[in-house]
Amino acid sequence: MSGLSASQLTCIKRDRVLFKALSLQVSKGDLLYLRGPNGAGKTSLLRILTGLSLPEEGDVVFDGVSIFSSHSNYTEKLVYLGHKSALNPALSAVENLHFWAAQHRVSIKTANLYEVLDTLGLVGLEEVPVKFLSAGQQRRVALSRLWLKTAELWVLDEPFTALDVEGVSLLEKLFANHCAAGGMIITTSHQALSSMAGKYRTYDLEYNL
Amino acid sequence: MSAFYTGVFKRDLTLAFRQKAELLQPLMFLVLVVSLFPIGVGPAPEILQVIGPGVIWVAAILSSLMGMERLFRDDFHDGSLEQLMLSGMNLNLVVAVKIFVHWLVSAVPLLILSPLLAMFLHMTFDMYIALLMTLLLGTPLISMVGAIAVGLTVGVNRGGVLLALLLIPVFIPLLIFATSAVDSAALQLPYLSQLAIIAAMLLLAVAFSPFAITYSLKVSQN
Repeated sequence: MSGLSASQLTCIKRDRVLFKALSLQVSKGDLLYLRGPNGAGKTSLLRILTGLSLPEEGDVVFDGVSIFSSHSNYTEKLVYLGHKSALNPALSAVENLHFWAAQHRVSIKTANLYEVLDTLGLVGLEEVPVKFLSAGQQRRVALSRLWLKTAELWVLDEPFTALDVEGVSLLEKLFANHCAAGGMIITTSHQALSSMAGKYRTYDLEYNL
Repeated sequence: MSAFYTGVFKRDLTLAFRQKAELLQPLMFLVLVVSLFPIGVGPAPEILQVIGPGVIWVAAILSSLMGMERLFRDDFHDGSLEQLMLSGMNLNLVVAVKIFVHWLVSAVPLLILSPLLAMFLHMTFDMYIALLMTLLLGTPLISMVGAIAVGLTVGVNRGGVLLALLLIPVFIPLLIFATSAVDSAALQLPYLSQLAIIAAMLLLAVAFSPFAITYSLKVSQN
């Protein structure tokens, strides 16, 4: 079966059951919009779906192989952007992305890097240490990974945080293109997606005491 | 290969030279602490020679603890560690490369400074050679064992003191054999057996610490 399917996931944090027996399915072309109040376990769920944390129970299967098994090549097909930007403040945008690309075995030329940063409206800021950029600009640098690595599945935790209106619409258009090309996206957000993001499904997580 | 070379080795070296203060502070601390002893206990060569090996080794352990946290702290807090874990690289090798870079930028300067420290404490040439050998074998051991504790405490706020409390007892055997080697050299006795024991500890750490560090980092992510 292609796509990502999670079955019977249970997550327990500090004696609190965040969710129990949670199952979801994402197929090619799907945009899954995960909603829920603060503390409902959205981030915990996303981290389990990427394989960063282990669920208490249950399994996550991508293209028929469990992502927790050792011979899964899941990471090649995944881009995860957490709410931490994964940018070192002492390095410039270009350096950060260059090292990240090397780690993820993405071969890109420096010229392409500049092009992508140009698309994101960061002209002239490529060589500036990231700590001197504003929160929104840092978020744009972090998001540029979506342009750099060709991956089927994007798992995004609050990608719209600190973005201005223009940035939000840029990202929503990118979502629509990715899904139209058969990609999959799982995202959380506290602001509703606009029609520009294309068709999407919502999944509501409830806050359990 | 280029993933490890560019993505980890070059990245960490670039970062180390970008944050020079963090590199220099532990070294300055080491030199200052060692230079306090001739002032504090007096310049008599007999006394300094007796306490010398212990002083240098204690100072080396303490100063290495100061710089140890930067091994994973920044990567953990800014999320780079998550991205590394999702890069599909072998995490054991990533950790090994990271420790090697850390050793290069923190212990090699110490080795270069060691003749100066030996002069402060009136060490003889034989003693200095023994000291150099113990530092050469002992500093990678400190980096590797220390990295396990850093991996475990990286999620804890203000883990610095906890790190010291965890690690200082662990380094006691190293301290014993290292100082004993230099003492033997002072008496013109062979000290190969002490070096062999430190080398054995080092080999054990080389073999097992990457797995332990990887595991501790994964636990910290959970």
